[in-house]
Amino acid sequence: MLFSNTEDYEEFSKGIWRDNPVFVQVLGMCPMLAVTNSAVNAVAMGGATLFVLVGSSFLVSLLKGWIPKQVRISCFIIIIATFVTIADYTLLALIPTVHKELGAFIPLIVANCMILGRQEAFASKSTPRLAVMDALGMSSGFMVALLALGAVREIFGTGTLFGIELFGPAWEPWVIMILPPGGFLTLGLILLVFNWMSQRKAMFLERVAEAEGSSQ
Amino acid sequence: MNSKDPDLLLQTAPFLRQGMTTPSAMMDVIIALAPATLAALWYFGNSAVLVISASIAGAVLTEMAFVPRQRRRMILMDGSGLLTGLLLGLTLPPGLPMWMAFIGGAVAIGFGKIIWGGLGNNLFNPALVGRAFLLATFPIAMTTWTAASEGFWTFRLTNFDFPFTYTEIDGLTAASPLGLMKFDQEATDVMQLFFGNTAGSLGETSSLLLILGGIYLYLRRDIDWRVPVSIVTTVLIFSGILYSIDPLIYPAPLFSVFSGGLMLGTIYMATDPVTSPTTPLGTWIFGIGIGLLVILIRVFGGMPEGVLYSILLMNAVTPLIDRFTQPRIFGHQRSKKT
Amino acid sequence: MSDIIGSDRQQRSPESGGEKPPEQDEPRPIKLVMTLALGGLISGLGIVGVYEATLSTITEYRAQELRAAVFKVLPGVTQMQELAQESDQLVAVVNEEGEESRDNTIYGGYDEERNFVGYAIPGEGPGFQDTIKLLYGYLPTANKVVGMEVLQSRETPGLGDKIYKDLVFVGAFSDLPIEPTIEVVKKGRKVSDNQVDAITGATISSRAVVKIINDTNSTWLENLPTPGNEPPMQDNNSEAENVIQ
Repeated sequence: MLFSNTEDYEEFSKGIWRDNPVFVQVLGMCPMLAVTNSAVNAVAMGGATLFVLVGSSFLVSLLKGWIPKQVRISCFIIIIATFVTIADYTLLALIPTVHKELGAFIPLIVANCMILGRQEAFASKSTPRLAVMDALGMSSGFMVALLALGAVREIFGTGTLFGIELFGPAWEPWVIMILPPGGFLTLGLILLVFNWMSQRKAMFLERVAEAEGSSQ
Repeated sequence: MNSKDPDLLLQTAPFLRQGMTTPSAMMDVIIALAPATLAALWYFGNSAVLVISASIAGAVLTEMAFVPRQRRRMILMDGSGLLTGLLLGLTLPPGLPMWMAFIGGAVAIGFGKIIWGGLGNNLFNPALVGRAFLLATFPIAMTTWTAASEGFWTFRLTNFDFPFTYTEIDGLTAASPLGLMKFDQEATDVMQLFFGNTAGSLGETSSLLLILGGIYLYLRRDIDWRVPVSIVTTVLIFSGILYSIDPLIYPAPLFSVFSGGLMLGTIYMATDPVTSPTTPLGTWIFGIGIGLLVILIRVFGGMPEGVLYSILLMNAVTPLIDRFTQPRIFGHQRSKKT
Repeated sequence: MSDIIGSDRQQRSPESGGEKPPEQDEPRPIKLVMTLALGGLISGLGIVGVYEATLSTITEYRAQELRAAVFKVLPGVTQMQELAQESDQLVAVVNEEGEESRDNTIYGGYDEERNFVGYAIPGEGPGFQDTIKLLYGYLPTANKVVGMEVLQSRETPGLGDKIYKDLVFVGAFSDLPIEPTIEVVKKGRKVSDNQVDAITGATISSRAVVKIINDTNSTWLENLPTPGNEPPMQDNNSEAENVIQ
């Protein structure tokens, strides 16, 4: 099993739904809106972010005793930037076509506040094991969000998913969906649905609590 | 306590009845648009009926879906959804598939009005939001103009395209007067623009009928005369200056005023009381801004038509204009900068 | 940042919570500088390592992409070399491995017998949204454009991107006399050979492509040597890497 105890699982799972970096914390909006015009791009961006976040979280939690707190942010940025540059070159060498699509947004992972936020809020205060669990969970949550947006935009914008044609040649693409405004519209709608679901869940739990309280 | 609930109307003094309500104002605009709508039927035949009713259906059904059940009847009765659908329909090309017009109506109400909190809270004119969405989403269908029909029963097959599909037509298209001007430097006769019968959106072909409707609205005190007057004057002056520099490249002033969606936008959309400034000075700034932007976009921008984006852009700065043109309250000093 | 931390604070693990508190007294500045310098050094070493490891693949890919484009716009060409203007003469450029292509160069295409066929000329200019970069093949003997490939553009999807997706439009450049200049006409109004039908709905992008080619022609054509005097194919350029594989 990947998770040997509940604590690991707890750190991992919170990033996917309860503290989802995009839907709940609304972090990392720049790559979220910029590169999600197709599912493949979303997965590539998610993968690069996962690599950077897991790598830097691990390193930061390992080095936390040596980093003086006055320069910790600079140190975090150096570590993150190193991983981003590695990801940039590796992607360019391995899958150049995807790198061409993502372009400037790979180097911009450095500025993704979700990554720095995890270093400051979690990795610099916990063990490497938990830091990696947390990083895995957060980046999976990020990937889920990217993929949700990328899939919706690709399906409407080009009538394909992962490049596979879904509706046949007569499909009229919704051009706006692969343009930047489509990113804002889709993200807004997804946040709307997410908040609506959270609200419904909270209301349901309240009612359950009420029913339990009255029965006693 | 809801002040919009007809059974619980709470108001403060003074109780001066003006006789003008939201439904009556909406009714006036619909009456004013009737001649232009009938002209659309005359020129474009059944396509006009199909596109406009699809757009109205999209708008009204969306309004129904999102409004709480208790207030549904009242909101629907005020006619604003109907008007948004009609206005949007009049800005659409005759050959547009009905499903696209329906989506346009739904977006106009959903993103243009409901999401802001309903009528009175929206920053942008809902019909223009719908049109902007359609233009960005289906650029080909939205810029394919077909010439006026032979008779009422000449069908445009693209109207009946199955939802989510579109058959591109080739060869049967006609260029709109603005497109001809932009890409071929061919000017269309101003009299033809004035009386209608040009390729273009359903409701923008005849300036005369639109102006008649505008006069009716002015007499009913539904619109502020400053908005259309300032827009048209700015367009005349600005394009006049350009025309005097080089009449071969730049369009003539009268052509600029009567072509494209300028009349429709100026009289019926820019004057929307919710999305235009409230102070007289602010209204002048608003109108001059739209006029300048229209000519800038048409002449120097990439697109042949700029009315839509000009009005939306000026809608966006309306709160700012209102803030800076607040008149001094009697007896108060102008607040000094701190 | 505090709301991000908020959710973690309650559930921080006991092990990390039991950590000793940070040093009370300020560390000396030299320590901070040393930490950053050391971090920068290690990070720099890591990046250089990755750069070295990936460099050959990346340059190989770029060269291959360029070759593919040159072979596409110049039919019948199997070898190519870079040509640059040096002291009023067009000379072949020999690139060291890993060296980036220089600006202001064109490419000469040669057939299997190493006879000169034509030039592939890169050009760029403003499109509807962003700069369009393209490469076109030019035959000096026939004075014709024989192929056009858009290398980079951000034209509107569905409309402007037809400048490379619309095969009819791209095909119009496969046999196009350039005298006196190439002209764009409305679809279906083409009357003479040097005219190109504009794409319906993408007039501006179509015109941009033609304008780029005309502008590039006006800067390059007078500098080209007379037909027959083109620089010969260099031996060290004709090695395996420049030959079609």
